[in-house]
Amino acid sequence: MKKKTVEYGKYGYIFIAPFFLVFLVFQLYPLLYTFFLSFVEYKDKNGKMFGPKFNGLGNYLDIIREKDFTTNSWRYLDTYPLNAIKNTIIMWVCNFIPQILLSLLLAAWFTDTTVKLKGQGAFKVLMYLPNIITASSIAVLFYQLFDINGPITLTLKHMGILDNDYNLMEHAAPTIGLIAFMQFWMWYGNTMITLIAGILGINPSLYEAAMVDGASSKQQFFQITLPLLKPILQFTLVTSAIGGLQMFDIPSLFNVSNGIGGPNRASETIAMQIREYGFVSKNYGKAASASIVLFIITLIISLVFFALTKDREPKQKHAVVK
Amino acid sequence: MAKSNTADASYSAQIRTKKIIRTIICVILCLLSVFPFYIMVINATHSSDTIKIGMQLLPGTKLGSNYTGLMKKAAGLGTNIWVAMLHSAIITVPATILQVYCATMTAYGLTVYQFKLKNVAWSFIMAIMMIPAQVSIIGFINFMMKIGLYNTYWPLIIPAAAAPSTVYFMKQYMASALSLEIIEAARIDGSGEFATFNRIVLPLMKPAMATQAIFAFVASWNNLYTPSMMIVDQSKKTLPMFVQALRSDFAKQDFGYIYLGLTMTVLPLFIIYFALSKYIIAGVALGGVKE
Repeated sequence: MKKKTVEYGKYGYIFIAPFFLVFLVFQLYPLLYTFFLSFVEYKDKNGKMFGPKFNGLGNYLDIIREKDFTTNSWRYLDTYPLNAIKNTIIMWVCNFIPQILLSLLLAAWFTDTTVKLKGQGAFKVLMYLPNIITASSIAVLFYQLFDINGPITLTLKHMGILDNDYNLMEHAAPTIGLIAFMQFWMWYGNTMITLIAGILGINPSLYEAAMVDGASSKQQFFQITLPLLKPILQFTLVTSAIGGLQMFDIPSLFNVSNGIGGPNRASETIAMQIREYGFVSKNYGKAASASIVLFIITLIISLVFFALTKDREPKQKHAVVK
Repeated sequence: MAKSNTADASYSAQIRTKKIIRTIICVILCLLSVFPFYIMVINATHSSDTIKIGMQLLPGTKLGSNYTGLMKKAAGLGTNIWVAMLHSAIITVPATILQVYCATMTAYGLTVYQFKLKNVAWSFIMAIMMIPAQVSIIGFINFMMKIGLYNTYWPLIIPAAAAPSTVYFMKQYMASALSLEIIEAARIDGSGEFATFNRIVLPLMKPAMATQAIFAFVASWNNLYTPSMMIVDQSKKTLPMFVQALRSDFAKQDFGYIYLGLTMTVLPLFIIYFALSKYIIAGVALGGVKE
């Protein structure tokens, strides 16, 4: 294989060229350009575009401090973009913890050889279903269901669970809880199927040996399945965290007024904030610096993940990939 | 003997109880998956006033009037639902083809040929897999404004050619499904490199390409973030942008219209999903185990 193909080497470059060309022009250059914009003042000033003019770390300073116009002093850390990052992380955590627990439980059930569940195929299809549906439609649907006149709100009121004049959309906790629930509901099926595939990839002789030694299915799960599933769990954690940080579709169409995640910005995510700066108020410099902060957080998560998985020997990787 | 029989009996009874409990929980979860969509479809057939009274579980008779009402309202918006769907298709179909074809090409280049930068290129693709599009969106928009592609569909189509996760999947699949002897044989028969790729390799890659095409299609079809910042013309709205409009004031007053609009956006995906669910579930299982 090696010797014979050497003379064809240049075709290798030709075949990978379109990918890299498009990547350089449409992804890498915009990323570098965003980086550049994060250091300049470039915004809409009274209807006229101002800049780009070098501004040093000014935009980044604007991320961590905001002018309080009532006291005319600077307010540090309690700013729109930092609060948006905080909201995003809260909503992700509230979705991910129940999601990974339920997915693990279901994956354990579906692969349990002593208690064979019937209809697994249908279960998987229905549990995965929400993942394929347009997130925007789901957000609007849930808004309709839980709004003040929504059928679920009305049912809860008829049952006496909610007060008659209670509006879920005016309170932060139910809004965040519902957004986290939608994310959870859309993604647990996906995570479950991934974990099932991971469990099925574990060498069956390990379970046979454990069975001979009289290990219960609980013991098998905690002593064999969970440790060997660790790389996949880490992968799920990282892809979910990175995806969660970009959260946009659901919060931007759920409890919003004038494009801002309510109530009182409680459900405004960082992606929504970037869009607001870039698209609505046309402050490209500030939007770019917020993007770069998001990029750095994403990078740190990825690097931590790679550091964690680095010491794993390649052999195991092959066994899992199979 | 008798003792072990009762032990067996209680053991199997225990398993049966477990099985029943687990099945019930799974059924509940499945109902939870379907229930919101069921309410959506049912409410699409009721008038706004009926919906405001409380939860409706049986279909009503207002489907026709909701449809005409929705169409009339949407007309004032510049893009009606069918046109929005068409726009989404105009973006999604070429983007999907481009994504799957270019990814297969890249994976093929990295699998079959030996060249100096091969490992560098592969590591690079792995490294950029984690970078989300959101972080470069501001630079992307400004760049598109400069080269005159802002407010067109091109920026939503062309970047699909560089999809690292699709390349990753295709390369994994090639490692197991593509034998280099076939390519050798084709060369001996005088087939050019591109002819070999298009006529011999692509047909062999069909199952993997189909799986990836489904995911690429769904991701592009459902995308709201980039179009919502790239497209400003009311008349160029895509389907998720139409959904966004449903959420805003134009339809707010009439719930029946909203539910019908949502049903119409969701229905095509339902059909695709139930027709292809076998491949989709298999694709998720394969794609997830990448580590």
